Amino acid sequence: MTTNIILAGVGGQGILTIAAIIDQAAMRQGLYIKQAEVHGMSQRGGAVQSHLRISDKEIFSDLISLGSADIIISLEPMEALRYLPWLAPTGIVITATKPFINIPDYPETEFLLQSIQSTAPTCHFIDADQIAREAGSPKSENVVMTGAASRYINISNEQLRESISRLFEQKGETITAINLKAFELGNNAITNYKN
Amino acid sequence: MSKRELLLGAEVIAQAAIDEGLSGVYAYPGTPSTEITEYIQQSEEARSGIIRAAWSVNEKTAYESALGMSYAGKRSMVCMKHVGLNVAADAFMNSAITGIKGGMVVVVADDPSMHSSQNEQDTRYYSRFAQLPLLEPSNQQEAYDCVRYAFPFSEKMGLPVMLRITTRLSHSRSTIIRRKPGLPNPLLPDNDRSKWILLPANARRQYQHLLDLQPALTEASEKSPYNKVQEGEGELGIIAFGLAYNYVMEVITRFKLQLPVLKLSHYPLPEQMVRTFTSQYKRILVAEEGYPIYEELFKGFFGNSIFSGRLDGTLPRTGELTPDALIKALHPSAAQAGPPVPSLVAARPPELCQGCGHRDLYDALNEAMDAYTSRHVFADIGCYTLGALPPYNAINTCVDMGASVTMAKGAADAGLQPAVAVIGDSTFTHSGMTGLLDAVNDQSAVTIIISDNFTTAMTGGQDSGATGRIAAICAGLGVEHHHIRTLVPLRKNHDTNVTVLKEELEYKGVSVIIACRECVQTARRKKQQSL
Repeated sequence: MTTNIILAGVGGQGILTIAAIIDQAAMRQGLYIKQAEVHGMSQRGGAVQSHLRISDKEIFSDLISLGSADIIISLEPMEALRYLPWLAPTGIVITATKPFINIPDYPETEFLLQSIQSTAPTCHFIDADQIAREAGSPKSENVVMTGAASRYINISNEQLRESISRLFEQKGETITAINLKAFELGNNAITNYKN
Repeated sequence: MSKRELLLGAEVIAQAAIDEGLSGVYAYPGTPSTEITEYIQQSEEARSGIIRAAWSVNEKTAYESALGMSYAGKRSMVCMKHVGLNVAADAFMNSAITGIKGGMVVVVADDPSMHSSQNEQDTRYYSRFAQLPLLEPSNQQEAYDCVRYAFPFSEKMGLPVMLRITTRLSHSRSTIIRRKPGLPNPLLPDNDRSKWILLPANARRQYQHLLDLQPALTEASEKSPYNKVQEGEGELGIIAFGLAYNYVMEVITRFKLQLPVLKLSHYPLPEQMVRTFTSQYKRILVAEEGYPIYEELFKGFFGNSIFSGRLDGTLPRTGELTPDALIKALHPSAAQAGPPVPSLVAARPPELCQGCGHRDLYDALNEAMDAYTSRHVFADIGCYTLGALPPYNAINTCVDMGASVTMAKGAADAGLQPAVAVIGDSTFTHSGMTGLLDAVNDQSAVTIIISDNFTTAMTGGQDSGATGRIAAICAGLGVEHHHIRTLVPLRKNHDTNVTVLKEELEYKGVSVIIACRECVQTARRKKQQSL
């Protein structure tokens, strides 16, 4: 079975941390991984994405084909919409609701959320900013989103927590604890969600 | 060693070179090649001094240094982005004539779709041009294996071996299995002067030697573990080069197609293999990640209709291949995109960072230029190219490394006033210094603004060639002392900076304005590290 995930956001929001958490957990579970990411010029405040593919069989393409993404995880509502052509007919969109506004013609958040709701078969809106603050740091927003997506990505929560512990180990116990809490709160946010 | 490791394609190449007894890597940063050298720099082997790994000033100096290390008998690697090979081309072409001693691998990372580049030139043309062997791995594991293969192969053939990757392989992570590492070569310089001194008599003999080697190179390709036939059925055969093989296989496995595939990753092409494969099918799809080089060759001048690919529109003519392009070509009924992007989604182009010194420089420059009806600013390759976008709209050109200085000079020679160049510190040391000497020698009326952020910022903050020595270099090249001006691009200095710029724009000779302020990204990283 192959899971295709598109991670979306704005350069600097930390989508590569989400990718690293999932990648390393998948590797420990003995799965195949391909994860294409963006480096270079578009990092600077521009739209960025990462294609992440996990499978129990060999994966050939580094890129996800159109109409085949099982999940779009976005750190920002407008960026969630940018990758809709990749979304599978049964795909899920999980997006943080707080907009990242660094362009003059940024649309009303309300319209963006309506648009996601009317096009994605399943969607989850996560107030990741608020939840990250509850966890102890607004910087843990990306980990909140990982927690929120965790039940869809076919990797055990234990392994995802293990990735978080290892990734933040160097930054000390406090930061690790904040991120583990962010993961739990994110996970709860989806569990409690009524569709 | 059988443990799987998760690495970026670029890092895989670095690790394979380390494992194959590398003694030195030489490179100038350039997307998508930068991470190869960065990975080696952070390795135990580099930090303990076993591998030499500091940045070079440009790709030409890097190439020649790698060649010198090979001359001395050790294994060397030189890494660059595709356009970097243009800079190193003189050394590159002639190294095919001299040959090498210690194994030398030339890694070139192409950028089809121009994610971070000015063109999408295909390095495989260069391998044909120089008549050097080239490996084009299709995935991360093969990239590891190809690099391990390339060093001894280079020594066996006595030639540099090229490794061509593209953005998608370089910047994609996957797991690989490493093999037992080998040892570095001993210091054993080449004493064959007739090979290395390219006087015409020697060069003619060496060129003949290169030609004589070609059958052996083709033979190696015929036997290569990286070229293989995958059986199938039907009238259509696919020839898939390098990374294109992945997309072909993705479609074949996903839709359970029984298509025969000839996978090619080792050049020059194995003629016999290609002939045998091609003769069995009525139609051949040629899938190349890059220019349609071989499709064109297979078709020949008069055109042979059995071949299709990028030239006839079966695959897109430009840009990187995608699984979607191959689905369209091989199994069109399955092509199905998700919902379209709603019209309210706005473009979000990259921008200069908040708090970046380039912003304050452009604010000041724009105001100073307001005095002129003729506004022409020649810019260069770096973060400051983003001054092209609103709200700045501050620059008129961006062509190649160092072109700002020399294009401003040429325009000034034509009578354009003011003729202004904007160039970064790292780009200046890469290729701007020589152009500045031209301007000084010619007493051209140019204003050269060096936006000095003490780093190679756009590729992620690598060391810059002459941090702290830019003014001294300009003085050394002959720019008059009182026309080397320094300013600090900060909002609070705006009025002073505008005044300095205005004064120098009016000067009818060479002036250099160095705008010094540390890159906000590197400053932030330093602060984090010191906490």
